[in-house]
Amino acid sequence: MDFFLQQLINAITLGGFYALIALGYTMVYGIIQLINFAHGEFFAAGGYLGVVLLAWMNAHGYMETHPWLCLALAFVLAMSYCALLAMGVEKIAYKPLRRASKLSVLLSALGMSIFLQNGLMLTQGVYDKSYPGVYAKDALTLGGFNFTYLQLIAVGTSALLMVGLNRLVYKTRLGKAMRATSQDRVMATLVGISPNRIISVTFAIGAALAGASGILVGLYYGSVRYDMGFVPGIKAFAAAVLGGIGSVTGAMLGGLIIGITEIFTAAYISSDYKDVFSFVILIAVLYFMPTGLLGENINDTRV
Amino acid sequence: MTPAFKSVTFKLILGTAWLFLLVWPMTGIKPEGLEFAQAAQIVGAALVAAMAIVLASKLGRKVDLGVGRAVVKAASRLSALPGALWKTAGMAALLAFPVLSPRYGQDVAINVLVYVTLGLGLNIVVGLAGLLDLGYIAFYGVGAYTYALLSVHFQMSFWLALPLCAAFAAMAGCFIGYPTLRMRGDYLAIVTLGFGEILRLVLNNWMKLTGGPNGILGIKPPALYLPAPENGWGMSRFLLKSPISQYYLILAIALFTVIAVRRLTDSRIGRAWEAIREDETAAALMGVNTFALKLLAYAMGAVFGGVAGAFFAAKMRFVSPGSFTFIESAMVLSMVVLGGMGSIPGIVLGALTLIALPEAFREFEHYRMLVFGAAMVFMMLFRPAGLLPAKRVGRRSEEAHS
Repeated sequence: MDFFLQQLINAITLGGFYALIALGYTMVYGIIQLINFAHGEFFAAGGYLGVVLLAWMNAHGYMETHPWLCLALAFVLAMSYCALLAMGVEKIAYKPLRRASKLSVLLSALGMSIFLQNGLMLTQGVYDKSYPGVYAKDALTLGGFNFTYLQLIAVGTSALLMVGLNRLVYKTRLGKAMRATSQDRVMATLVGISPNRIISVTFAIGAALAGASGILVGLYYGSVRYDMGFVPGIKAFAAAVLGGIGSVTGAMLGGLIIGITEIFTAAYISSDYKDVFSFVILIAVLYFMPTGLLGENINDTRV
Repeated sequence: MTPAFKSVTFKLILGTAWLFLLVWPMTGIKPEGLEFAQAAQIVGAALVAAMAIVLASKLGRKVDLGVGRAVVKAASRLSALPGALWKTAGMAALLAFPVLSPRYGQDVAINVLVYVTLGLGLNIVVGLAGLLDLGYIAFYGVGAYTYALLSVHFQMSFWLALPLCAAFAAMAGCFIGYPTLRMRGDYLAIVTLGFGEILRLVLNNWMKLTGGPNGILGIKPPALYLPAPENGWGMSRFLLKSPISQYYLILAIALFTVIAVRRLTDSRIGRAWEAIREDETAAALMGVNTFALKLLAYAMGAVFGGVAGAFFAAKMRFVSPGSFTFIESAMVLSMVVLGGMGSIPGIVLGALTLIALPEAFREFEHYRMLVFGAAMVFMMLFRPAGLLPAKRVGRRSEEAHS
């Protein structure tokens, strides 16, 4: 039982990472019906910028004096960096293709993903980069379970960001504009919303969340790699679809389900087949609920 | 200082600042200290390139050199020649190519032809039936592993195994196709991607059958039996091991695929697929059996993937799961989209471009894939419908606005 609960904590941590990435996929999909293949690279870029900033702060000794301030600063800067990156990518690679067929945009996204991944490799090197491990020291024992501080940071930050996003999407004017644009872009334009601005902002928010997830993953696993964005990107996309693509709550739920499946398969069945089980669950859910768990019925768009 | 000039300058300045903000943190922040030189170099180079592009497009608009018109004129004059002449010349060039080309060129050509076969197979699913398939490489894998296992465990000849590979791939196609038939659009994409990944992971982890990441070694190359007059009625066995003989084999497979896909496109089935692509509901209303035809599209697409896979296993005489990753599926899909969906010459051109481009970029070494990614984006920006788009693609009313 203890083992089970311990695994559950791990699963929720991992699910939080996936959910943060999946949110970007689902928001971008909801607004321009594009599978943004470059999204995984925003995640990787966030992880790398985190390690770059923290290593710099560590070398200059700020980490000893203000560890939490450093971490917060790294989060804010990496998230803004990813937002800038995503807005640039959107402007260059997707905006000129607004009227082209969906597959051309998909291909442009794929090309961008290859470009960014290799750019990251060329500037940061092909080897793993380790996070300075000052936050990993202690563990907290609460009622017989061990939480590491990192797990607390990870779950706490994920939860905070997701609650923040939910408030943003459902309680603010900007969120209302985003939802309107995703429902009907032409009508949204008629009531005075600028779709280009909203799309840009959506990309920025999604990428910022992915970037935060990148730092969390880097802290949690201790290192980052230039191609780290690819596999989590695919799984987060699966999570977004599982929850019903276009639905913000669905992405969170989907991320959690994928995380739980992965950890429990690895713990109880076989760690070699953990990804197989995630995809089997995805396919099984889609077979019985073709629009995902919380998805609305999309009209029949062709590829 | 015209307003247009002002806006271009403003955009360039903003873009430069933006790019600097993106490049500098990745190159300049080091534990030893801050450094600006490298970022400035990269941004400067990008700025020069951007200015050159802007200038060239402005000049191109003002000065009409007449190049475009001359090309169109020459092309129309050439196309007036009879088609048979073209076909004979093309065939002769294809047959003569390996004899005239060095070893390196032969290898690239074999690669191109393998991808032409794959691209045309995927074209049936994506280009004709309009079903987005991101796991197409799974069928390539099924074909390759089928031949590998049959050859290693049962010493089966390539020619006997080939139809079996096609059949297994078709079965895999139906197996993957069946649960996805209720889904539409992008849900289909992730499910096919998931199936592709499942297959790769199973190949990677089922040590007893597939040898896991080590793959399967010792696959036999295909053999031909030729009459040998010198020893009576005997036959001599000729192994297709050299690149030249492999080239002719894959050329035959690719030509067969081209003809088959062309006949399929023009058949009733092809028309029905295109009807499904344009509007599934309307197609069903007109009496098209969408269920059977979508399944058939998956199976037919898979057949060509399986055949290409069998050839791949016979050529490499080694298979491992590393050859069947998602990025391969993405490459094949890129060929189809880049070339122009549903257009056979387009896909041939797409395969040629995407295989030849990285080869041409070899001198860039580390920058090869970086340039490749950028080239993919630019090609899509300049020709969103592909290099040689198919003529018979409709446009839906709801896509026209927005």
